Amino acid sequence: MTTTVDGVRSLKYWQGVNQALHQEMDRDERVVLVGEDVGGPGGPYGVTRNLRATFGPNRVRDTPISESTIAGLGIGAAAVGLRPVVELMFFDFCMLAMDQIVNQAAKYRYFTGRSLPLTIRTMSGSGGSYGAQHCQSFEAWFAAVPGLTVVMPSNARDAKGLLKSAIRSDDPTLVIETFGLLTARRDTPVDEDFLVPLGVAETRRSGDDVTVVATGRMVDRSLEAAERAAAGGVSVEVIDPRTIAPLDRTAIVESVSRTGRLVVVQEASAPFSLAAEVCALAAEECFDRLRAAPVRLCADFVNVPTPQDLIEARVPGVDDILAAVTRVTGR
Amino acid sequence: MPDDDRTPPPADLYRQLLLCRRFEEVVAEQYREGRVPGPLHLALGQEATAVGVCAALRRTDVITSTHRGHHHCLAKGADVDRMMAELLGRRTGYSGGRNGSMHIADPDVGLLGTNGIVGGGLPIATGAAFGLQVQGRDDVAVCFFGEGATATGNFGEALNIAALWALPIVFVCENNRFAELTPSSTHVAGEVWQRAEAYGFPGVRVDGSDVHAVADATHDAVARARAGDGPTLVEVMTYRLSGHYVGDPATYRDEAEAQAWRDRDAVARARAALTGTEAAAVDDEIEELLATAVDRALAAPTADPEELG
Repeated sequence: MTTTVDGVRSLKYWQGVNQALHQEMDRDERVVLVGEDVGGPGGPYGVTRNLRATFGPNRVRDTPISESTIAGLGIGAAAVGLRPVVELMFFDFCMLAMDQIVNQAAKYRYFTGRSLPLTIRTMSGSGGSYGAQHCQSFEAWFAAVPGLTVVMPSNARDAKGLLKSAIRSDDPTLVIETFGLLTARRDTPVDEDFLVPLGVAETRRSGDDVTVVATGRMVDRSLEAAERAAAGGVSVEVIDPRTIAPLDRTAIVESVSRTGRLVVVQEASAPFSLAAEVCALAAEECFDRLRAAPVRLCADFVNVPTPQDLIEARVPGVDDILAAVTRVTGR
Repeated sequence: MPDDDRTPPPADLYRQLLLCRRFEEVVAEQYREGRVPGPLHLALGQEATAVGVCAALRRTDVITSTHRGHHHCLAKGADVDRMMAELLGRRTGYSGGRNGSMHIADPDVGLLGTNGIVGGGLPIATGAAFGLQVQGRDDVAVCFFGEGATATGNFGEALNIAALWALPIVFVCENNRFAELTPSSTHVAGEVWQRAEAYGFPGVRVDGSDVHAVADATHDAVARARAGDGPTLVEVMTYRLSGHYVGDPATYRDEAEAQAWRDRDAVARARAALTGTEAAAVDDEIEELLATAVDRALAAPTADPEELG
């Protein structure tokens, strides 16, 4: 790992998360970390390593396997003045904490008029071979809840910057990290004041012919597809929303209005998903400018399998994205 | 004899109990007049639980409450006018009249919220106790819940974590003998208070018609929590004289059982501890307070459709 002159390092995704936690816990003693295996083991994948050694067992706590109460620990602690970060190991485990997240945390400001500076970290996506109860992508459920901010960093830089913004935010934020990208690298500012703002999309590649909106693991695949499309003379714009609630509607509408074509690529299945929402947005706001029907390029509407080749058969690959781009552009 | 350090002076005690009783009766009248937008879950007969427990607390201690939470709110110091206005759907209410009975909160007095979800407060109170512990404060958290909530997973999760971390929390199970429309014998196996022992901390059972007994047990539990010695489970054996909601005919209730509870009514017993003149003065004071609260609420505009969020 080397630091360039402008303070940017190539970090792995997990290092971005780890650096964010170290920096924010160092900066503000009200920040605490709570979850299964986060302390001694440093998390099942080492994401939280060295935090307990650095900040001590009072602020970094290993919990029992009690997802509902893990979420509640964050709510109650935030209500009495802390800025907790709670980890629910896999997205699928959030379902055990649904009441605390949806009925309690998301409504705290509505009921009390007060802030609830709570960050919930979890991990989704089918990057590992953990099967149908560890690899699901239902981020849209939480994006449909008033009072929750939901972010989905797709790379190390955003993993760091979005998590730091979430911790500094005064309202509950669900940070859905992407399984399968934990060791993927991206140049990331080391500065402790580097933040990625909540609610702001990033245009990862500019283009004129078609807008590809992608999340999680699908962002890198879309960039690769865009590179290949460019060789064929098709100019693809790739937008990573980064925050899915509230969605950066302005960035998407601006892009689609300009290109007239939209492909949304995600690891979730299509029905009632982010892709459905983005296509509805395009239909409502860009109808007169659309030159082709929007496309939802999503995982098949089946459960997530375990073997890697079956996983790949279920989710969009680079070839699939290229084919969708070709289809909407007619080239 | 009551311990003078542990319960308020007799007139104050009666005032608090009567406020809980009459607040709910007055709100129920308003409900029947069609002025309460949402449902009302009353806790008539259970007044000694909230008043006895909160007698052991200070303003900076925090509580979580339930869907049957008016008494907890009042005993912890919530504002009567703002509560009445909230229940009557008025803009001067705690959340502008938008949310009603099950969603009253006042963090300034340590009331983190009533709750529409049975058992929903257990993780939150545990988290509050965790937060107090991390900050090194000697405040405590009290979690009110009914015996119905002991059937939820949150109950086991919260007791386990509270014990493991020696959290400054008192779990107050308000056993009013009914979980919604069904006697608790259908819902609850074994004895609630004894479940604490399995987690390695004290559980006690007290008579919920005796406000002094409730206050005593809570004082012990709070002292233990403040000293860093961890949680206590207090099961208060009380009785719900009202239905599950206003309008529930409560045909599932045994009238002889209810009458036996009325005969031990904590509010009446607190009144009997005063002279006739003292008692009448408190009666007048509470009637005036509540009449004023209703008048002020009804004079305020109803919740604003322009302020939904």
